[in-house]
Formats: sequence, structure tokens, C-alpha cells
Amino acid sequence: MPKLTIDGQLVEVPPGSTVLQACEAAGREIPVFCFHPRLNIAGNCRMCLVEVEKMPKPQASCALPAADGMVVHTNSPTVHKARKGVLELLLINHPLDCPICDQGGECDLQDLTLFYGPDKSRFKENKRPVADKYLGPLISTHMTRCIHCTRCIRFLNEIAGVEELGAVHRGEHMEITTWVEAALSSELQGNIIDLCPVGALNSKPYEYRARTWELKKTESIDVLDAVGSSIRIDSRGNEVMRILPRLHEDVNEEWLADKSRFAYDGLKKRRLDVPMVRRDGKLEPVDWKTALAAVAERARGLAADRIAFLVGDQADCETMVLVKELAARLGTPHLDCRQDGAPLETTPRAQYLFNTTIAGIEQADLCLLVGTNPRWEAPLVNARIRKRWRRGGFVVARIGALFDLTYPVQDLGAGPATLEELANGRHSFAERLASVERPMLILGTGAIARPDGAAVLALAHRLAENARLVREGWNGFNLLHTAAARVGGLELGLVPGRGGRDLAGILDGIERGEIELVFAIGVDEIDPKRLEKAFVVYLGTHGDRTAPIASVILPGAAYTEKNATWVNLEGRPQRGRLAVFPPGEAKEDWRILRALSEAMGALVPLDTLARVRERMAELAPQLAEPDRIRRAEWGSFGRPGPVDPAPFVSPVRDYWRTCPISRASAVMAECSALAAARDRAATGTHG
Amino acid sequence: MSGPSLGPKQPYGAMAPDVATFAFTAENLEEAKRILARYPAGRQASAVLPLLHLAQAQHGGWLPKAALDYVADFLGMARIRVYEVATFYDMFNIEPVGRVQVRVCTTTPCWLCGSDAVLRAAREVLGCEPGQSSPDGRFFLREFECLGACANAPVLWIDDHFYEDLTYETARAVLEAVVRGERPKPGPQSGRKGSMPAGGKTTLFEVGE
Ligand code: SF4
Ligand code: FES
Ligand code: FES
Repeated sequence: MPKLTIDGQLVEVPPGSTVLQACEAAGREIPVFCFHPRLNIAGNCRMCLVEVEKMPKPQASCALPAADGMVVHTNSPTVHKARKGVLELLLINHPLDCPICDQGGECDLQDLTLFYGPDKSRFKENKRPVADKYLGPLISTHMTRCIHCTRCIRFLNEIAGVEELGAVHRGEHMEITTWVEAALSSELQGNIIDLCPVGALNSKPYEYRARTWELKKTESIDVLDAVGSSIRIDSRGNEVMRILPRLHEDVNEEWLADKSRFAYDGLKKRRLDVPMVRRDGKLEPVDWKTALAAVAERARGLAADRIAFLVGDQADCETMVLVKELAARLGTPHLDCRQDGAPLETTPRAQYLFNTTIAGIEQADLCLLVGTNPRWEAPLVNARIRKRWRRGGFVVARIGALFDLTYPVQDLGAGPATLEELANGRHSFAERLASVERPMLILGTGAIARPDGAAVLALAHRLAENARLVREGWNGFNLLHTAAARVGGLELGLVPGRGGRDLAGILDGIERGEIELVFAIGVDEIDPKRLEKAFVVYLGTHGDRTAPIASVILPGAAYTEKNATWVNLEGRPQRGRLAVFPPGEAKEDWRILRALSEAMGALVPLDTLARVRERMAELAPQLAEPDRIRRAEWGSFGRPGPVDPAPFVSPVRDYWRTCPISRASAVMAECSALAAARDRAATGTHG
Repeated sequence: MSGPSLGPKQPYGAMAPDVATFAFTAENLEEAKRILARYPAGRQASAVLPLLHLAQAQHGGWLPKAALDYVADFLGMARIRVYEVATFYDMFNIEPVGRVQVRVCTTTPCWLCGSDAVLRAAREVLGCEPGQSSPDGRFFLREFECLGACANAPVLWIDDHFYEDLTYETARAVLEAVVRGERPKPGPQSGRKGSMPAGGKTTLFEVGE
């Protein structure tokens, strides 16, 4: 291990470290622009210059390997002079538009100028003009501000795996561009806004809307997929102004997928903000009391087993606790949180969790994807797989539909037949699978949310057994959820009780008139025609698919508007926090259910959030401690049976529009239309 | 020159000349394959420079977007990577230009030895400014950075041939001949051989001429 002297202090760093890392180990802060710990080293901005004894010139510390015996100065007059010089050169072509720049207040260049910037310009010539570039509906550009650090290019090449951005021309004429004026196609592109150290790349929907220092910052959790990314919700007054990622090494690192980042305009559109009751076939706004009374009225005298509860994809755990309690008090066993009909059961837990964990992907040496398109279903899981692949010695194979996942994939087949062969060791890939130390399987919900799902799940289980996916210190079996609510629902046991109907049973029951009253809690992914015949009480946020056919609408709070718990696909309970208040008359969902229980004469005596959480911990002790994953026991699951040869289909066909919020978002609609046009063009030219 | 300009090169957008498709001729396809074979498997992208030269020669001295995309797809690289290469090197033209490329070196050694005069000669004979094509569209004149023949400065480059040791008069003579469709003898125009000392041999007397 090389030992270096940094400003007179001796430090020892792991071999392969850079001088910059050594300086940081010694507690020195080195200014940087182009360097980023998660990207390859470019060494092109020269901001990180330090003085190294016996070297004639100041050295770019980010690109200099630390060697034994180096004596480094980070604070000498030479270093300061060098940094000042670099900054003066960077500022030569940088416009003085900080007052109107969206990056103002959170700009690396602005901050470093405070320390090293010249107080006047010696440059008498004209600044360099650069035309702004079109990068699509998500990112706006101000290319005169670009300092050519190439972070954006490196991110897209390396992390997102979509080579669309580049640096054209040379020297002073260099420009960052796609060159063909085409929108970026990556679902992770928003991250280059955060990476850009200046205001060259900005969020287009947020452009010129606010100044960073007037925003209230609320640390919360994303629910637009099941990854549970850590986010920061920036709001002003009662409006969400933007959403940014927060660092969580084990989940999203410092990235965020674009839907989670940009769909927030959907929080302000098509909102249900007042209770409604259907009268003479028309939904009419009423007050809360009337709405709750209407539900109680309908339930009066109704046999309990004519009542059913369905829970949607973004429900929080507190709400689901109330649902469970209310169903129990009403005495109905017809309860299901599996809106997609996937035949997952509550034990053993391992069947519905991403057991390897997201960070654990980096330990795997083989990954088999079954019926999933992780790029659309969980972009940040896909980014981890790509990260692992980039390190080498990693094989990815797939049973399912072809799709560009940004890394090479070996295609084994399209449907259950291949899975069966592999599970029985009759497929040529089985040998490969047996030869590695840490194999992992990712089963998509698309593979099991189908009539033969239980049999497919059993096959996956057999494969897990035969290929020894679960071994000492390693669980390679993973289910990839797309719904933020699902794991929480299964942990809390929101599945049919004894003699209860599951989703299919409930829908059949409605059809046959055996189920008359349905509580649909944020249920919007079911064909509303199948619910229509019942008296539907819709508790949700958007006038999406179910609200139009509902008999009573109870306006709830979106994820940015409540303090609530969600459990991500790994089984990690996390707390989201209220950033803004629900619009109009809307309220936090668990409170609505609590009031409803009272109105229906089936009071659930949980009056405070603390009480609800206590109850939650009783129902599911593993949810008591936020951010801690309890490893799941292994056991048998699935139901062996005949399988349908039909190929697996991913549940996400349009990444940009998967939930009421994203479907209400104009920004997502634009992205979706662009993606569709791109698909058409691709199929047009290639066949 | 005060401040840089955006330069003559515009990104391909609405204003791009419309060339719908590009493909190597059968002959060039063979050549491309020969070039490709020089590089180890998995390193095909290294062939991007020779292939771009080939494409440019085939397409009359410039590269339309279709040609860049063709080369990218041919090599299995991302298209933006080829755009970066094609815009980086001055040898590639991404706009229609005169077929015959005339490059006047104006870097320091050539400039000290009189490249201003060479440039003047080129302007007069071709009737256009650097960065432009001649009025008849046959020639494209550019100033160039060091052409790598400084020992014979000043240097003029016409379609893969070097004309060296130029004066205003010899530069004019060379260019006028080219305009007439002749192919003047490349090399030093001062009568010296290669880059031997201008005043005659000073060493290696025992070696035959
Ligand atoms: S646009 Fe921003 S991130 Fe990209 S090179 Fe310029 S300064 Fe760096
Ligand atoms: S940070 Fe080291 S050169 Fe940019
Ligand atoms: S300076 Fe003109 S050839 Fe080198």
C-alpha cells in the first residue's frame, strides 16, 4: 500500500488509488469539475491541480496514480495560483448569466469562483458563441455555459449504456451534442442534469420555475417503481417543483430513473380533490360526511361476503393496515393486494422478494432473466446489472422477449418451455449455470401474472433448487416487482383469508352479482369494465381508469403528500415524508379509512400514525425498523402444473406511463410519444 | 482573428444537404474488408479513419451523414462516435466542397518561410477564400495546421500530393497547372532533392546519388 505525505500528513491508501483519493483520505478537499467517483477518469478540466515534489509542474491529482513516497502539497501558493489560472481560463467563455441560471445556488463553478475566481476579466475578445442543443423534452441546454468536463457523455456511455451524446469538433470549437438534433432515448438521462457541474444541462420541465434557495426540501421515497429510490422532493408553497435523487448506496446509489424524476407534473393534473357520490348516474361533489354515509348506507344489511377489498400499486403500508383491519371488522375474507393477479403467497417470504438485494447484484457472477425487461420495469436494477457486467466475468442470459438492455444478453428462449428444460437440467445452459459460484435469477411478474403463473413459479422454484441458487451466504432467487405497494401488501398479508376470493375470484364474483360492494384502494390497472357491475368505492388520487365508474370517490393523498411507509422489492421498509398537502378536500388515505370504519360502524381504533405503525409492527415485525432488510427464509412455493407455451411478456409495455400519476403527466406523455415514434422508425428501417 | 466563430461546420439538422443513402461500391467494399482485416477481432472500430477516407473519396470529397452512419453501422459502433471522429479531423469534410482539396499549411515553420505568399497565390488562382470552394466548384481551399513536412516549408497539399519549398511564383505555377487539369510533379519545387540541405550535401558524400 503506497504511503504518501499530503501537506505534511502521512496517509496510506489502497494500491490503485489516485492522488486525489489520497488527498481526500487525508481530509483535504480538492476542487474538481470533470472528476466523478462513479465515472471513468477524464482528467480534462485541470481544476484538481496539486503540487507534487520532484515533479516540475502542478499535476492533475484525479488522473495521477498515487505512488509510494510522494510528497504532495494541496495548499501551497503554486497550487492556488494554478487553480486560479485554470478557473480564469474556464471563465473566459462562460457567460455571466448566473442571475437567470437554474443552476445558480447549486453550481460548482459558482462555488469555486468564490474561492479561486478572478475579480475581473482580462479577456477582451468576444466570448465563444455555441448554439443550444435539442435533447428532448426532459433536458434543456445552455451550451455557452458548458465547460466540457464530459461528465454527461461519460454517464450515458458508461452507466446508462446509451451512446448518444458526444463531443464534436475540436479544441475551442468543441461542442457537446447528439449532432443530429435527436432526443436522448435513455431512461436515466435526467441524471446528467445533476452531474453537469454548471448550468449547461437543466431540467426542462423545471426551467425558470424557481430559485433553489426558495425551495423546501423534503427527504422521501419514490413509488413509481418498486425500487424505492431515495428522493428529495423540492416544493414551494404547496407545489412540488422538482424531484431529485438522494444518495442511497444500497438502492439507487445517486441516480434516479426518469419517470420518478419527471412525472411529478402528473401530481397536479386530473386530481380528485373532493369526495363524490354518484346520483342518477352522475358523479356529484359532496362533503366527506355525505360520501362516507353513502358507503355506509350501501353496506348496511349487506352480507360480509358480498364485500371485497382490492389494493393498487402505490398504496402505502399504513393504508394497507387499515384495509386489513377494516376487512376483518366487516368480516369479509375477500381481500387482495395483487392487482396483477400474480399467484404469490405470503410464505415463504423468499418467493416475493429480491433476495440477492440490489447491491448484491454486484457479487453475482451470472444472471438469468426470466420474463422480465428490467430496463423498463426497474431501470436502476438494470443499471446495477450493467454496472456488474462492466466489471467483467459476468454472464446474462434471458428467457423472454428480446429487448436492448444495454449489455449483451444470451437468449435461451421465449417462454415456459425453456424454463422447464432448464429447471430439469436438460438445457445446454444448465451446465453453465452449475459452473458458477453466485448465480442469480430474476423472475419478472410478467412470467407469473398469467393463468399458468403458479406453475411457472413452481418451475422457477425447481430451477432454484436444482441450480442451487440458494446456498451458504447467498440467495440468488429474485422476484422483480413493478409496484411499490406489492411487497408491503404481501408482508402485511393482504391476501384472501380463509375461504376468501382472490383477484380473479372477486372479479368473477362481481360478474355474477355475488360481490356487490368493492373497495378499490388506488386500483387502476384493472379493466374497469370488470368492476362496473359492483358498487365501487374508489379511494385514490387521480381521475384515471377506475374513478369514472366508481359510485363513491374518496380523494386520497399522493406519495408526496403523506408520511407513510413503503417496502421496496428487496423487502426494505422505508419512510416517505409529506412535502406538500393533499389538494382540496383530499386526505391521507389511512385517515379516510379510519373515518369510513367509524361511519360503517366497524371502528378500527387506530387514531394516530404512531398507533397505526404499532399495529403494522405487530402484523409484520419485519417492517418495524426502517431501511433494514430481514433476510427471508427459503422454502417451497408455486404449484406444479401444466404450462402454457405462450412467450413471457413484460408487464411494462410503455415505460413512461405505468400509473395514474405518470399517465396524468404531460411530460411523460411526450416521452411516450417520442419512444413510440422511435420504435416505429426502427421497425420501419429494419424490417 | 478576433474570437472564434462557429466555423463553417454546422451540425446535420434541417439545413443538412439531403443525401438519403450511402453504400460502398463493390470495389470499395472489398477494400474496406481488406482494411478491416488489419485489426484484431473486437477492435474493428480502429478502422474508422481509413474507412472514412475511403468513403470521402468515393463521395466526391465530403461525407454526408448517410456515409457516417454507414461507416458506423459497418463497424458496429455508435453513430455519435463516428460523428466525433469526422468532426475532429480537418481532413474530413462534412459539407459539400470542391472535389480537389487544396490545403495551405500556415503553421509557424511554414509561415516563417512564406506561407502567406502561398496562400495569396492560392486565393488568386482559385478565386476563393480559405474555407470556400472555387467558383467553378472544382476546388476547395483551406488553411491547415502543420502538414508534417516542415523541413520543406512552405508546403501546399493537393489531393494527397505535397508541393514543397514554394514561393509565390512556384505556388502559382503548380496551382495553375492543376487548374488546367495537369498533374505537376510533386515534391520540392526549388530543385532540391527531398529534404536534403538546401545548399547541397553536407554529409554522406560516399553514398551515391
Ligand atoms: S454539458 Fe455539463 S456535464 Fe456535459 S460536458 Fe458540458 S459542463 Fe460537462
Ligand atoms: S478533476 Fe482532475 S482534471 Fe478535472
Ligand atoms: S509547419 Fe507547415 S508542414 Fe509543418
